Amino acid sequence: MKLYLKYCAINMKSQMQYKFSFFLVIFGQFLSAFTMFFGVLFMFSIINAVDGFTYSQVLLCYASMSMAFSLAELVSSGFATFSGMLANGTFDRILVRPQSSIFQVMASRIDLARLGITAQSVIILCWAVPNSGVSWTWDKILTLCLMIICGSIIFSCLFLIQASFAFFTTEGLEFMNVLTYGGREHGRYPFSIYGKGVLRFLTFVIPLALFQYYPLLYLIGRESSVYYMLTPLFGLLFMIPSCAFFRFGLGRYRSTGS
Amino acid sequence: MRTYFAVFRMRFIAAFQYRIVAFSSMTTSLVWGFMSILAYAAFYRVNPDAFPMTFPQTVSYVWINQTFLLWFAVVFTDGDIESTLESGSIAYELARPADLYWRWFTRACAGRVAMSVLRLPALAAAFLLPGILKMTLPPDLIRLLLFVLSMVLALFVTVSFTMLMYVTMFHTISFRGIRLTVTAVTTFLSGGLIPLPFFPASIRGIVEALPFAAMQNIPLRIYNGNITGIDVIYGIGFQVFWLVTLIILGKLAMGYSLRKVVAQGG
Amino acid sequence: MIKLQNINKTFRVAKRQSGFGHAVKALFLREYELIHALSDISFTIPDGEMVGYIGPNGAGKSTTIKIMCGILTPDNGLCDIDGYTPWKERTAYVSTIGVVFGQRSQLWWDVPVIDSFELIRDIYKVDEKLYKDNLDELSVLLDLGELLKTPARSLSLGQRMRCEIAASLLHNPKTLFLDEPTIGLDAVSKIAVRQFIKKMNAEHGTTVILTTHDMQDIEALTERILLIGKGRILLDGSLSELRKRFSDHKTLVVEYNGAAPELCEGMTLVGAREGCLTLSLEPSLLSISDAIAHIAGKTELLDVSVSGVTSEEMVAAMYKEYHI
Repeated sequence: MKLYLKYCAINMKSQMQYKFSFFLVIFGQFLSAFTMFFGVLFMFSIINAVDGFTYSQVLLCYASMSMAFSLAELVSSGFATFSGMLANGTFDRILVRPQSSIFQVMASRIDLARLGITAQSVIILCWAVPNSGVSWTWDKILTLCLMIICGSIIFSCLFLIQASFAFFTTEGLEFMNVLTYGGREHGRYPFSIYGKGVLRFLTFVIPLALFQYYPLLYLIGRESSVYYMLTPLFGLLFMIPSCAFFRFGLGRYRSTGS
Repeated sequence: MRTYFAVFRMRFIAAFQYRIVAFSSMTTSLVWGFMSILAYAAFYRVNPDAFPMTFPQTVSYVWINQTFLLWFAVVFTDGDIESTLESGSIAYELARPADLYWRWFTRACAGRVAMSVLRLPALAAAFLLPGILKMTLPPDLIRLLLFVLSMVLALFVTVSFTMLMYVTMFHTISFRGIRLTVTAVTTFLSGGLIPLPFFPASIRGIVEALPFAAMQNIPLRIYNGNITGIDVIYGIGFQVFWLVTLIILGKLAMGYSLRKVVAQGG
Repeated sequence: MIKLQNINKTFRVAKRQSGFGHAVKALFLREYELIHALSDISFTIPDGEMVGYIGPNGAGKSTTIKIMCGILTPDNGLCDIDGYTPWKERTAYVSTIGVVFGQRSQLWWDVPVIDSFELIRDIYKVDEKLYKDNLDELSVLLDLGELLKTPARSLSLGQRMRCEIAASLLHNPKTLFLDEPTIGLDAVSKIAVRQFIKKMNAEHGTTVILTTHDMQDIEALTERILLIGKGRILLDGSLSELRKRFSDHKTLVVEYNGAAPELCEGMTLVGAREGCLTLSLEPSLLSISDAIAHIAGKTELLDVSVSGVTSEEMVAAMYKEYHI
């Protein structure tokens, strides 16, 4: 949407004013992402495979998860700062503008520094893709794309839910980090290693497995049914409860003030 | 001395104001610990003896690591200190009677302790968990006491490193970048992501000599029995060494930077 | 046209107490208190009118404005602004209004003002030609010129406020809400802002609702005043009526030579220094000419000035009468 691109431009101009800070932040995030990668590497220097998944397959999983997450963070930085917006009255300003409030909150901050993690994910992806032993036909490529794109949408929904909590309480929003940052960190391994219970939860309640695990099975050839490729699309249904929760919070905010 | 106690008390009260924070803190550490242990379990299933720590040792490690996450955090958002840095009102701070370094030091410790106390119920719950998740106590009282001593030292080492970080913040405006870099480096090198014994032998030697290895690495491994006998004493000595070094470095750096600030007029 | 009828609003606020014991208790039990922000608020404002909305802090001014902007929903009552119910049809309604929050900026901080303007143009979907015309007009009237290329963070408060007001008018709103627009401004900027608002109202027929503590804003701009106190509308009338009602006292400043004159009934001494007296006259007891004649008879008069009571004093008298 053209308006969104205009917001991007103004965000970019704004952040580029502080070049040194900008690059230091990118560096910090790059570093942070790489330490997580080293964690995976070290574990695999001790054993060869976990739950039937080899090192390169796990990296494929890790890279796509990381990519999805970093794209979501890039786009949802507005949600991350949302409680501040409520506190200082910026949200009231948003309510006085003739655009969807969710859209405005999202567009208000596009944190370009997150590109550091995106860059790291791309690098790892570039290594994992040829080394994973997957034969990259068009359907496999599509699967990977769906994993990443739908993944970032679902993560964004989680960020939206986290932001919506700010309508109800001024503190304690870190609880949701278990699902967002937790999802990314624990999602560095395929979700099946955590056991059936966790896998079911992450399939039916918080649909992280729908874009991380099932399509992965399709990619590496463990499953051949096309449905496994399309599970990320089912995950998109998560947008409905997320937006509904935000609207519910918004209604409450407009009734109780700040 | 009374001022420091007052600072400590104030941070404690602030931390307890928000019951939702308390609840979410506890839940977060439980869930995170739960998932981490399950992941380790999957790895240990492949070859239980290949790892430098036994599985029960790893479980204890994870639970203490999670509960005391903020205790060991070099980067901890302390609003007041950072807003002072940001606004450049350092000069006003110098007008106060108590020494700036120790004031911030106490404040930083207080915040971490308070937030960790909020999470203690989660640790208590970990002792009651079923099956592989269950947390265990160390074999004897002496070990437990040494663990406590080591924990306190670890807190001080962590905070003394934080003080160095604050000094660098005197000189730049990019706090976020510094915070991110420091978090990444310190968490990883102190054993916060994976325990230091899991590092490949080639780099383990170097990593275990760094100040970061004097943070959570020592007390957690004293607790779970990975460090035994005389090594426990060496470990504590190692912590004391880095504590003294970092404090001296910190005070020198802060003194130098403050003089610079005053010379420039704030 | 703006119409409010029987608007009520009550807030539930958590009580926080100090001390360690209470802090731990607060972990388990929360106490609340009810605050009645608005009780039975009703008024009507026809198109093109400029209204001053005054009252002490905490009286309910911001609450009413938020309801009229669609940010807050009232507990009950009717609010109709040009056929819209503000909180119900938010996106459609807010295109017709402009808001300036005195303390909070709507401009992007680090980029030139013109970039913020262009984004606002796109948000409100203003036609390119109309935008250009408005921008030109606003630039001339508010003397924006070079300011447009400067980032908001580099502007002084006065310059920024002029840009804020321009920003709120780029889309030709029918109604303008100004929440403390002149707060913190220097005298020159205040005059510029007031003149501009008056012109906007005269030329475009913009309805203006102004909340302020600065009575000179009111005097310069509005004829009609709404006084709110403790959640109720206490007064709805014209400035001149209120003047007559609350400020019939006259202030007399007398410069003299020689002995200080005695005062007579109807005069109260307000201030005195060497050769100068400030007196407050009660016109019902003593007319101005009699007062001057009396003093002239007692001493050698050098200079006399007569003035009405200041608006601030008048408002203070109002607050006192209504116990707010």
